[in-house]
Amino acid sequence: MIGGLFIYNHKGEVLISRVYRDDIGRNAVDAFRVNVIHARQQVRSPVTNIARTSFFHVKRSNIWLAAATKQNVNATMVFEFLYKMCDVMAAYFGKISEENVKNNFVLIYELLDEILDFGYPQNSETGALKTFITQQGIKSASKEEQSQITSQVTGQIGWRREGIKYRRNELFLDVLESVNLLMSPQGQVLSAHVSGRVVMKSYLSGMPECKFGMNDKIVIDKQGKGGKEDDGAKSGKQSIAIDDCTFHQCVRLSKFDSERSISFIPPDGDYELMRYRTTKDIILPFRVIPLVREVGRTKLEVKVVIKSNFKSSLLAQKIEVRIPTPLNTSGVQLICMKGKAKYKASENAIVWKIKRMAGMKESQISAEIELMTTNDKKKWARPPISMNFEVPFAPSGLKVRYLKVFEPKLNYSDHDVIKWVRYIGRSGIYETRC
Amino acid sequence: MPAVSKGDGMRGLAVFISDIRNCKSKEAEIKRINKELANIRSKFKGDKALDGYSKKKYVCKLLFIFLLGHDIDFGHMEAVNLLSSNKYTEKQIGYLFISVLVNSNSELIRLINNAIKNDLSSRNPTFMCLALHCIANVGSREMAEAFASEIPRILVAGDTMDSVKQSAALCLLRLYKTSPDLVLMGEWTSRVVHLLNDQHMGVVTAAISLITCLSQKNPDEFKTCVSLAVSRLSRIVSSASTDLQDYTYYFVPAPWLSCKLLRLLQCYPPPEDGAVKGRLVECLETILNKAQEPPKSKKVQHSNAKNAILFEAISLIIHYDSEPNLLVRACNQLGQFLQHRETNLRYLALESMCTLASSEFSHEAVKTHIETVINALKTERDVSVRQRAADLLYAMCDRSNAKQIVAEMLSYLETADYSIREEMVLKVAILAEKYAVDYSWYVDTILNLIRIAGDYVSEEVWYRVIQIVINRDDVQGYAAKTVFEALQAPACHENMVKVGGYILGEFGNLIAGDPRSSPLVQFNLLHSKFHLCSVPTRALLLSAYIKFINLFPETKATIQEVLRCDSQIRNSDVELQQRAVEYLKLSSIASTDVLATVLEEMPPFPERESSILAKLKKKKGPGAVSVPELDDSKREGGELNGGGDRGPDTAGMSASNASTPSPSADLLGIRSAAPIGAAPASAGSLLVDVFSEAGPAAPSAAVNDDGFLSSAPPSEDPAPPLPEADDLLNKFVCKNNGVLFENQLLQIGIKSEYRQNLGRMYLFYGNKTSAQFASFTTTVSCPGELQQPQLNVQTKPVEPLVEGGAQIQQVLNIECITDFSEAPLMNIKFRYGGALQNLTLKLPVTINKFFQPTEMTSHDFFSRWKQLSQPQQEAQKIFKASHGMDTEVLKAKLLGLGSALLDNVDPNPENYVCAGVIQTKGQQVGCLLRLEPNAQAQMYRLTLRSSKDTVSKRLCELLAEQF
Repeated sequence: MIGGLFIYNHKGEVLISRVYRDDIGRNAVDAFRVNVIHARQQVRSPVTNIARTSFFHVKRSNIWLAAATKQNVNATMVFEFLYKMCDVMAAYFGKISEENVKNNFVLIYELLDEILDFGYPQNSETGALKTFITQQGIKSASKEEQSQITSQVTGQIGWRREGIKYRRNELFLDVLESVNLLMSPQGQVLSAHVSGRVVMKSYLSGMPECKFGMNDKIVIDKQGKGGKEDDGAKSGKQSIAIDDCTFHQCVRLSKFDSERSISFIPPDGDYELMRYRTTKDIILPFRVIPLVREVGRTKLEVKVVIKSNFKSSLLAQKIEVRIPTPLNTSGVQLICMKGKAKYKASENAIVWKIKRMAGMKESQISAEIELMTTNDKKKWARPPISMNFEVPFAPSGLKVRYLKVFEPKLNYSDHDVIKWVRYIGRSGIYETRC
Repeated sequence: MPAVSKGDGMRGLAVFISDIRNCKSKEAEIKRINKELANIRSKFKGDKALDGYSKKKYVCKLLFIFLLGHDIDFGHMEAVNLLSSNKYTEKQIGYLFISVLVNSNSELIRLINNAIKNDLSSRNPTFMCLALHCIANVGSREMAEAFASEIPRILVAGDTMDSVKQSAALCLLRLYKTSPDLVLMGEWTSRVVHLLNDQHMGVVTAAISLITCLSQKNPDEFKTCVSLAVSRLSRIVSSASTDLQDYTYYFVPAPWLSCKLLRLLQCYPPPEDGAVKGRLVECLETILNKAQEPPKSKKVQHSNAKNAILFEAISLIIHYDSEPNLLVRACNQLGQFLQHRETNLRYLALESMCTLASSEFSHEAVKTHIETVINALKTERDVSVRQRAADLLYAMCDRSNAKQIVAEMLSYLETADYSIREEMVLKVAILAEKYAVDYSWYVDTILNLIRIAGDYVSEEVWYRVIQIVINRDDVQGYAAKTVFEALQAPACHENMVKVGGYILGEFGNLIAGDPRSSPLVQFNLLHSKFHLCSVPTRALLLSAYIKFINLFPETKATIQEVLRCDSQIRNSDVELQQRAVEYLKLSSIASTDVLATVLEEMPPFPERESSILAKLKKKKGPGAVSVPELDDSKREGGELNGGGDRGPDTAGMSASNASTPSPSADLLGIRSAAPIGAAPASAGSLLVDVFSEAGPAAPSAAVNDDGFLSSAPPSEDPAPPLPEADDLLNKFVCKNNGVLFENQLLQIGIKSEYRQNLGRMYLFYGNKTSAQFASFTTTVSCPGELQQPQLNVQTKPVEPLVEGGAQIQQVLNIECITDFSEAPLMNIKFRYGGALQNLTLKLPVTINKFFQPTEMTSHDFFSRWKQLSQPQQEAQKIFKASHGMDTEVLKAKLLGLGSALLDNVDPNPENYVCAGVIQTKGQQVGCLLRLEPNAQAQMYRLTLRSSKDTVSKRLCELLAEQF
């Protein structure tokens, strides 16, 4: 279990230090600072073992969050908790920065007391937390309110309180995906996967029961078998195979297991309904074609073509191609048709930015890199060209088929709820070797 | 960074550095550096040539980036280009870059060497200095190869500037330290030595460091420097403080130079030339006089400089150790410092006095400060100073003040710092033994020691006190009384219980007359401590109880009761249980006579390791030894018990015991083997026999073989040969290889080969401890007649240091001049943990080693036998067999003797006949041998005939011990 939790600023100064167990001493704070934050070599592993104490850290902008333990804990649990912690803090005070942490340190200690008990993670649902940890001063809750909070937190549906009322019942659903790719110079896909999230924001009255449907292959196939044969074959094309998925605690897993239907009573406000991962039949929004030619020992010619590979009616945004340059680059000349390109010496890369690009188009950049002869015999390792972008569809092919809302007690029906659905596909690690 | 003039200020560099300093995170710093590197690359790559200033600036930036910990893989060429610049600042940056960044195997080295060569041959002194500094800073082998011959020339050239000479001397010193084989002084030697006469003090200071280093390697070549150094020193010492101007430091003329001169003189023995010596003595006296003068300044630097010279002078005086007058004066001076305000001075004074105390001239003078030192030991705040005070007390101790010092150290022990307690305990123990006139005092002291610092008393210390008590009849009663009193204390240390148990077990009867210490009181006292002790001590106490049964029959019932109780007889510890069972049985079965024999008072310990033990240990540890004896006991057990219903039991028990020798020290150990052997074969003897092996060999070895104290009466003279040395010698009569000697510290193995009158012996000294042996020396001496010379032994010196667990080898070449009867002595001295170990052994070189076998027929043999019929040519001995009369063993021994064993010569086939010639340098002595065994009587008759009467006699003596 987690023995202690520390938050540092970029200099390694301790902002928050909360020790949950006796086996973590005061010196653990310093041990992490000395061995990780101030380490000579940059520490890349998120888990570091120092003097029989394990430190798990995540970094958010300039802030380090580190959990320490002496026991053999489930590392993924610890990271899940740290990420959750970040989410909770972000939900309370926005961006996690040194200043925000300093301004809210009482709140953070309060939160830490609530979401970790003797190192065991507790309820970290923002919605639930917000009912009893507030940033406003102490508001003496009435007895009923107190008992309500207690019953909610300890009850069956800990994530939603009763008696919520909205004039307009609204529901927002975002499908956010990040597509990861590693491609060989010849255009062969070496590895590719999409990790996606379904994020919802609900403003619904009462205790509604929701049902969410998507083009999951298993569900579609089952329906196809039960119904018309030809229809199943047709819809099979559009269905996707989900490798694995996890759900918010509100989803009834028993129902998912038996019927593969996702039904739940949603929390109020923001939450992440599910996470999933797919590896098959991914739509790769862009194709990068690199061409690198070494002219003698002192010159390098690079030509990179990018092709957009989606419906021409859609527009990709925030496109950025990053072409690494050798360490002994002494000068770069660039020509590009579209967008802007610049050699960034501080990052040892050429950065090419395009604001917008429609589907089924292509664009290219050519660069001439001058090199300096050094007495270092090491050959340049040729790191891959990486890319960033944002597209308005789900590269995995996921489609929302329906989202139904039932509220038996209150008199509003599925049709009265205003629903918004949005798809955003972003690049994760999207690289092409050159 | 160089001090930059205004027009030369590298603004870009300053901006870059401040940018880096302002970076918030490591990533930001890396980004900034990447940017700068790209900029520098583009500048260096750029088409138009850079001017010297920009080159310098960028090289500086690269250097800074490198010092931040990033790799730099370009810019070397630009730095090398800077070397050929004519501007000082540019050249300096170039050299700086190169001495920091260029690794020795770079291709650029050739270019760099070229540039350095140019600078060295230029007439510009600053450039020469830069080049010399660069050589010294890089100090690589390539540099040494390129310039080792060049620099001495610069150093001694007449027209070289003084500053360059200084640099050259220091540069040469550095090269000499990195690659001494390349720096050959040869013809330069005398001219370098004459640098001591240089006008410029800086040059002298630099040169003297070089000369000191060189003269440590080849003292003979630089011998001439002594007189020069003395005259230089006398000029400095006698100069007024204003004479030397720049080299006067807080009114002290050239303190560094003086110290270095004094240190140089410490590399050599006192000068032989009377005039030089007189001058030196005068100097030293002046230095001592100056210490008495009132200080010219109150500044601490002034006194530091003055004292530095003084201490260096004192260590020179100690090094010479020949001027009683100076030694005493030095001692007095140090005595003053002992009371100085400065802790550092007191420390240094104590340290120097330690070395002074070992000099015969100043020992008495040192002793006069005893009160101050004792005071220092008690009141000093700094533990390191107290440590020195303890060292000094130890060093100044002799017979006259031993009592006082030991008493003071003992009383200090109670409050001593934990870190030095163990050392103090050892020192007290050593001093108490070394200077003990009165053994009751010794016993008192050691018991006090155990009482005060029991935890720090090692096993050896209490073993030793027991040995001494047992060997000295006069203190036994006193010891018994004292331990009895000491044990009265409600809480006493376990070591005290051990000593008490042992001594009361042996000599409790001496105080039993007093009703206050009647046997039962003694027993109850011991037993009250029993349950608080660890297993080894309990085992020892059980043995003490059985001894009580013998000493005081009236306690028998009580003790048997104790032994019978479950906590003893069913103890989970095998050793304790076995002792309880066996002692109980022994006390109930054996008659009082048997008991009295078995539990007889311990025989006095031999001064060293006993021969029985030595033999036991040579057979690779106790486990191996007990196996054959065990078989005996099994057999005997079977016989005695007729069918052996109890036999296997007992044997099994003893087997378990033998295989796990208990770590305890035992009263009934192997030591008492003699009385046991004499015990009648009654029913009890089975048990007695079991005891004889049950008494664990290893622990009793530990009792006797107190490697720390007994084998080292710490004196510098060679110790008298070990008592068992003769036994050791006899072991090697018939063999050439084996283990000569072994104790807890040291093992000496031997390997030898002989041809004609020459022999070669390899001695292997193995350090059995984990600590180092220091100043390990061995000397071979030929006592008595051997000197005449009969035997010529040449040794090669051994390494003075033997690391823990290491083994060193020594080769001895032996030549037999004429026949001899004594064996040469080998004295081994070394320091183990500060204490001097000193032991003397007989080298196993006997006359028979030079035997050449001669084959002959029966006829020849007897005709020669008859020729040697004069009475003095024959030696005969009739003796009882001390070993079995096994034919094969006898044959092997006779062959090992070196002569030829002749078959079918003697008419009686039982008899053995040998023939051989002893080869000495001067003559050959033919020898004939006849050994007639008589199996019934277990007797031998040995007859030897040779052409020389001494040879027959000696051989006869040697051989009689073998069968």
